[in-house]
This record gives sequence, structure tokens and C-alpha cells, in this order.
Amino acid sequence: MSNQALPRPRFNAPPPERDPKVALKIEASTTPLLHGKVSEIPDAFFGWVMRLCGLAVVALLGLIVYQLIVGSELSWQAFGWKFFWHSDWNPVEDQYGALPFMFGTIVSSLLALVIAIPLSVGVAVFTTEMCPIKLRGILSFTTELLAAIPSVVYGLWAIFVLVPLLREYIQPFLAKTLGWTGLFSGPPYGIGMLAAGVILAIMVIPIISSITREVLTVVPQHQREAVLALGATRWEMIRMGVLRNARAGIMGAIILGLGRALGETMAVTMVIGNRPEIAKSLFAPGYTMASVLANEFTEATGDLYLSALIEIGLALFFVTIVVNALARLLVWSVTRGQPARSLA
Amino acid sequence: MPDTNSNPPALPIPQVSIPPISWRRRVTDHAMTSVAIVTVVLVLLPLFAIFAYLVYKGIGSINLAFLTQTPKPVGEPGGGMANAIVGSMVILAIASVLGVPFGIGAGIFLSEYGRNRYGDIVRFVSDVLNGVPSIVIGIVAYGLVVMRQKHFSALAGGVALAIMMVPTIARTTEQMLLLVPQAIREAAYGLGVSRWRTTLSITLRTATSGVITGVMLAFARVAGETAPLLFTAFGNQFWNWKTDQPTAALSLQIFTYAISPFDEWHRQAWAGALVLIILIVGAVAAVRIAVRHGTLAGA
Repeated sequence: MSNQALPRPRFNAPPPERDPKVALKIEASTTPLLHGKVSEIPDAFFGWVMRLCGLAVVALLGLIVYQLIVGSELSWQAFGWKFFWHSDWNPVEDQYGALPFMFGTIVSSLLALVIAIPLSVGVAVFTTEMCPIKLRGILSFTTELLAAIPSVVYGLWAIFVLVPLLREYIQPFLAKTLGWTGLFSGPPYGIGMLAAGVILAIMVIPIISSITREVLTVVPQHQREAVLALGATRWEMIRMGVLRNARAGIMGAIILGLGRALGETMAVTMVIGNRPEIAKSLFAPGYTMASVLANEFTEATGDLYLSALIEIGLALFFVTIVVNALARLLVWSVTRGQPARSLA
Repeated sequence: MPDTNSNPPALPIPQVSIPPISWRRRVTDHAMTSVAIVTVVLVLLPLFAIFAYLVYKGIGSINLAFLTQTPKPVGEPGGGMANAIVGSMVILAIASVLGVPFGIGAGIFLSEYGRNRYGDIVRFVSDVLNGVPSIVIGIVAYGLVVMRQKHFSALAGGVALAIMMVPTIARTTEQMLLLVPQAIREAAYGLGVSRWRTTLSITLRTATSGVITGVMLAFARVAGETAPLLFTAFGNQFWNWKTDQPTAALSLQIFTYAISPFDEWHRQAWAGALVLIILIVGAVAAVRIAVRHGTLAGA
């Protein structure tokens, strides 16, 4: 526990005999500070309490896994792997299959990424490479403000502003121009997969753009200068000197955004329509893993019903853990150890 | 400044013919700049729209009744969210009491004792925990507290939010403590101050304002959470002062009202959202001011 590099000074050791005056001074000045001898026991105690706190974080993860696995045991015994391949969700007959929810989660998240990636990379590039330095702080502050809005407020806004907007203008337009793809067909309710994708995109943009910005700033300055010196225009410099160097980090930012989108609950629940269907059209209502938990968990009457819901939670947990771990490793691979180099 | 005339004549610059930048490249360059500006506008648009709507719709519905009364049954006009505002505060207080000490402790571990493999594990786990969907945390708190108590409670809600706070606080505390120069710690050791005392009175004290900012970030993040409260605090239409009973929360109330078919409730949802944001921003600002001017002021 004690600091190995520094041997602990022993102030209560007998004073050196060379100069009694100096020794006296040291003793006089240290006595009120130390109140006698330094004890190892409180130090050890404190160290172990702090280690315990660190351990508690790991224990928390263990606890989550334990709770989810124990809770979903019943459903696992009843359905096994079939649970993830069946699309029949029928509480009345105690038949549960998670496929429609997995479909909804994946489609809404991917849709969100398709919208969010170009926008957030654009914002990050603009703030780091193009905009005047004064504007930079304001821009990053405002995009981060988007991250501070509670998800339920996004949902509220989506219900009363975004959904009518989609219903009246955007969906008819999409149906007319891109209806032949089959992705934009059917009655334009407003509420549905598209609304969920758009609101999710708005919510993940701050995450993706702020991490992308972080990654872009650690690209060494000489990379930019080298490309410019070869006669490149600014855009060519950004494309060849900056974006190419930051690929892995931007990928990490995107995956981190995906992790957030997969687990997002409230805003999606409020606009996706909550119907366990698998439809090709993005106008159709859907259901996600997180929303089915939000809607049905408190109403789950049977043990098997509750267990099936917890199993959905377990699946959601594992997917987000894997996605997040992957993203962290990617971001770390880029930013770790970089600041020192970029300062040079 | 030496006399420039005395300098030797400059060597002739070798003439290299640089081809002019083609118009295609020039147009691409300008086009991409415009695209970047358009993306910024597209991203900022919803932000302003959300805030504008929130203020526009919310202000009209906030009145004394909204802040002092409990919800009225459907059909009756009036009523408010007073119980939900207080309920949110109770739940957040429980969450902070449970979560903040553990979070700061874990942060101290990471920066002072965790510069090794064990620290790396804890660091990675807290980053991963940060990404766990809040609704899953709700399930865990349901299993931990609600199943044992046999009913929904403010305590369960507080536990759920506390679990969410710990990893965030741990990581920010660690980063803030690492900013404290090693020399300050060594100065304390040099005076014979013990390690625990140095950590608490010197290192943590120096980093106070940063640590508190981290705590407030975690607080602001969980303050608006709804998903983990759905089946822990559950919500309540009446006053409740017991922490082991279902408790109303502002975010839950907003959710219930927003998805209801009644106009009166929609108005109240907007007002609730505005109050929620004002409370979050107000709490963060109050603590920051206290840190800067008050007794908490660090080094």
C-alpha cells in the first residue's frame, strides 16, 4: 500500500547528532503536523476500501448478467434457440418469439445510422477543418447540448412535430419518388419505422460527431501539411490526409452510436407504432426489443411471459456489450498515445 | 535587425511549372465545403426546433396549479405535476446517495491504485457498463429490489439510477485525479502525510471542481431517464412520502401524458418537459456556482 518509489520518511526516528540545533528545528516543525507516528493501518484500510469500490463496478456487471440469466431461465428452457427464430408473440397462448423485435431494433438502428453518419461526419469535418476557430467552441457546445436532452423529451417532440411533418409532407413525397423500391409504400401514418429511424438519428448524431471530432483532432498536423504541400485542395487534403487516417476511429464512433441506438427506449416506443410485425415498407409500424420491455414488462402476468421479456433484455444486453466493446477498442486504437504526437 | 543589404544574394529559385488546379477539383472543393455547411444546418435545425417548441408549448401551460397540485382525473381540467416533481427529486436523491460515493471511490481506485492490469479491467468494464441500455438496468433493479419488496418503490428507482451513475462518475473522477500533478502528491508524502490523507485532502481536494462536474454530468444524464423507472418507481397519481411505495417521476408523467389521447394532458406533458429541463439545468448550474464561490471551492 505504501508508495514503493518513496520510502516513508521516519520523523520519529532519533534526530541526527551532528547539529543539535537543526535537529531540534525539524522536530519542532513536524510535531504539530503529524501527531506522532504515521500508521500503516489506516493506509491499508483506505486502499482496500477503494479497491472494493473498483471491484464493485465489476461486480455490478456480474450482477446484471446473473439477474438476466436467472430471470430468463424459464423461457430458455421452454423455447431454447427457437426463441430467436420465431415471430409469434402471443401472451394469451404463452407462445413467444423475439424475431419481430430483433428485426425492428436492427432496422430502426441501421436506418438511424444511414441518416446520421453523413450528417455527423460532415459536422465533425466542418468543426475541425473548415470553420473559423471562434465558431468551433459554439458548434461543439450546441451539438453536445443535443445529447443532454432527455430521451422522453425527444419522444414528445417526435409525436407532436416530427410525425405530423412526416405524414403530411415527407412520406407522400418519398412514396411518389421512391415508392417503386417497396421501401416507401403503404399508407403514410407518420408513426412507424421511418419516424423511429429519424428520431434515433437525431439522438445519435451528437455521439458520433463528438467522437469523430475527437478522432480528427488527433490526426497529426504534418499529415495535413504534407498533402497540402503536394498541391491538394482543401477537400482533397481532408479526404486523403485526415479522413483516411482517422478511418478506424470514425468506425468506432459509428459503432458507439449504433450501441446507443440499439438500446434507446423511450423516444422509439413513442413513435414506432408498437406492432410486432415484419414489414418491408419503412412506413409500416414496428416494435423494438427495448420498446416491448417498456410496454409489456409491468403487465406481464404469467411467469413465462415475464421470463420471455427478460430473455429479450438479456439478448439486448449481450448485443450492446459486444457492440460497445468493439467500438471502444477501435476508438482506443486511434486515440491512445496520440495526443503526445500531435503536440509535436 | 541586421542590415538586409549585407546579406548574400538569394539563390535563384528553380522554376517548376505547377499546373493550375483544374476547375473540376476546384468545384469539388467548394461543393464539399457547402455540403459540410448544409450538414451543420441540418443538425442544428432539430435542436432549435426542439427548444423552440419546448419553450413555446411549455410556458403557456406552466402555472401555479401545475407546480402545486397533483394530477386530476381524465376530463377535469387543471391539476399539475407537483407530486411528480417531488418524486423525481426523492428518486434522484436516493440515486445520488447510493451512486456518488461508489463512483468516486472507483475513480480513486482507478487513478491512485489502478495503474495496472486490474485497473484496466475495471476501466473497460465501466466503459462497457456505460453502454448498457437503461431499460436493461431497469430489469436488474426490478429483480434486485421490486421482487424482494414485492412492490414498486422509489428505492428501486433510485437503485436503478445509481447503477447508471457509478461508471460515469468513476471514469470522470479518474480523469480529473490524473490531471493533478504527481509533484503535489509527492510534496505531501515528503511532509510525512499518509497516503489516504494525501488522496483525500490533497489529490481529491485539488480536483474537487472537476470531480463535481463529472458528478453533475452523471446526474444530468440520469435525471431525465424514463426507461429504468417504468417498472421500478412505476409512477403514482397521488402524493407519496414513503420510499417503499410507488412514486411518481416527472419523466414518467411526461411519457404517460404524451402517449395519451387528451389535449389537456398533451399540454401538461410539454410543461412537464420544460420543467424537467429547467430543473436539470438549474441543479447543474447551482452546483457549479456553489463550487466556484461557496464552501466547496477547491484549490
